[in-house]
Amino acid sequence: MTLLELKDVHTYYGNIHALKGISLSVEKGEIVTLIGSNGAGKSTTLRTISGLLTPRHGEILLDGQRIDHLPPHEIVARGVLQSPEGRRIFPRLTVRENLEMGAYQRRDADGVRRDMERVFALFPRLRERINQRGGTLSGGEQQMLAIGRALMGRPRVLLLDEPSMGLAPVLVEQIFDIIQEINQQGTTILLVEQNARLALSIAHRGYVLETGRITLSGEGKRLLDDPQVKAAYLGESGH
Amino acid sequence: MTLAGVFGPLGQVFIFVLGSAIVLSAITVLAAFLLRGTRANVDLVQATLTILPQVIVDGLVRGFLFATIALGYTMVYGVLEFINFAHGEIFMVGAFSGAALGAALAASGILKAMPPLLFVLIAVAVGMIVSGSLAMTIERIAYRPLRNAPRLVPLISAIGVSLLLQDGMRLIANVTGLGFNARFPTPNFGPPIQLAQIPAADGRTIPLILDVRALIFIVAATLMLIGLNYLVNATKLGTAIRAVAQDRPTASLMGINVNQIIALTFLIGGALGGAAGVLFGIRVGTVNPYIGFLPGLKAFTAAVLGGIGNIPGAMVGGIVLGFLEAFVASYLSLLTGGALSGASYADIVAFAILILILIFRPSGLLGEAVAQKV
Repeated sequence: MTLLELKDVHTYYGNIHALKGISLSVEKGEIVTLIGSNGAGKSTTLRTISGLLTPRHGEILLDGQRIDHLPPHEIVARGVLQSPEGRRIFPRLTVRENLEMGAYQRRDADGVRRDMERVFALFPRLRERINQRGGTLSGGEQQMLAIGRALMGRPRVLLLDEPSMGLAPVLVEQIFDIIQEINQQGTTILLVEQNARLALSIAHRGYVLETGRITLSGEGKRLLDDPQVKAAYLGESGH
Repeated sequence: MTLAGVFGPLGQVFIFVLGSAIVLSAITVLAAFLLRGTRANVDLVQATLTILPQVIVDGLVRGFLFATIALGYTMVYGVLEFINFAHGEIFMVGAFSGAALGAALAASGILKAMPPLLFVLIAVAVGMIVSGSLAMTIERIAYRPLRNAPRLVPLISAIGVSLLLQDGMRLIANVTGLGFNARFPTPNFGPPIQLAQIPAADGRTIPLILDVRALIFIVAATLMLIGLNYLVNATKLGTAIRAVAQDRPTASLMGINVNQIIALTFLIGGALGGAAGVLFGIRVGTVNPYIGFLPGLKAFTAAVLGGIGNIPGAMVGGIVLGFLEAFVASYLSLLTGGALSGASYADIVAFAILILILIFRPSGLLGEAVAQKV
């Protein structure tokens, strides 16, 4: 069943045509990844889905219902949550307060408490830092907090923007294991990554984005073997 | 852990209030001691100590006035990085709404029979509702459409709103018969409270008195500061306000309706300003359409002094400025033998000291190197 679908989406920054007709779909239960180089439009795609940018043409559908042109908080209300690029932790809120903000719209206090326990089970480090200000956490801890914060909103679709950015390789592997675990617990994930190899290895399907257009798509494993992808994104000379 | 850390933000405020009172008193007494020989037949030290308690009370009242207004500037700055220069006029409209209520109650004859505290409660509530909704309306009409415009544009809009409110209120006051200098009718608050008898030099005693209305002002302002502190630091709504102040786009990604939170910030700041206006009107007895200008400017200065965008900072800045003014107004003429009149030089000296503080601590008393926001 298609949960999230983009149909010919065009987004502009002023006069700059950033997305030139993106079409993609995410099925319920999948991890779908969007790979591409810097400036290809990966983050722009996620910002458009979340409503921070409004597409000039095209449609974005959640469960067949249009969500483009809705303000961001109403898109969150429909179950689309994002862990943004650069993590964007609230620096002067505590870890607990950051997590509470992820659950801002929820009124079920018991459910929120249970979900916070779930986040602590996934990221035990956050429990140790619970009363510390977000700005004092290390980069890895901030990434855990950013993902945990988005989980607190009980997402139907979780948008992850560059969770590997600026982290040591050991940490990156840990984070990606947890992303898989979150997916196995039933959350659908759209993952944007520059680390194409890692992203494609955990994704069911992938899309390759180049200067605002999708140039390739297919199963994650198949894209890993694609000579074009190998040459451009995996640092191999396609022999 | 610092003392301030133990007591939380309000403890920090309390420490600064106490500290500035002690420091200013010490400086004044020292100055009196050094100048003691300059005046024949006046014991300067004795005279200074005699009026000291009264000066501190006066400083507290001025300080709480600036603090409650300063909160409106600082909260709006915290979420929008914008100085709402119409905030002084929101204070003035609050004062007028209280005066109108007093006049209406007086005309129907119930004012005299009313318990003073009940009147204060109702008048403050009316002032808060009127000024809070006015501030919210102004944001919706005059600021929100300009939110993505260059920074000077909403500033000009704010100055326009400010002039509009001044002269609009002048028109309303004339049309409704309140008058340019509108009386602020209140029930009789009774005689001032005598706190103590202070012995003076010639064997007489001077009573230390506290005006009931001043006491009401101090108590009401303290309650509002405690309430605001609780709202901002201990509720989910307050956390959302702080989240919006720190990172607006990310707050919206959390599902926070950013426009609603900004409107709420104007509502809270406006309501505090309105309450301050009513309490000011009750204490002074008359209001006019231009009373918002100078307190507004001083409260803005107080907000900057404390660290703009910082809530405890606005409280501290307001009270420190109040003390500065009170000390200068009361002691300057005494210590200079009447050469400089304290009342006329209060603003000059207070602002000069302020400039000095800002030169050495540009982020304000409580501001961090990177200005700490709400």
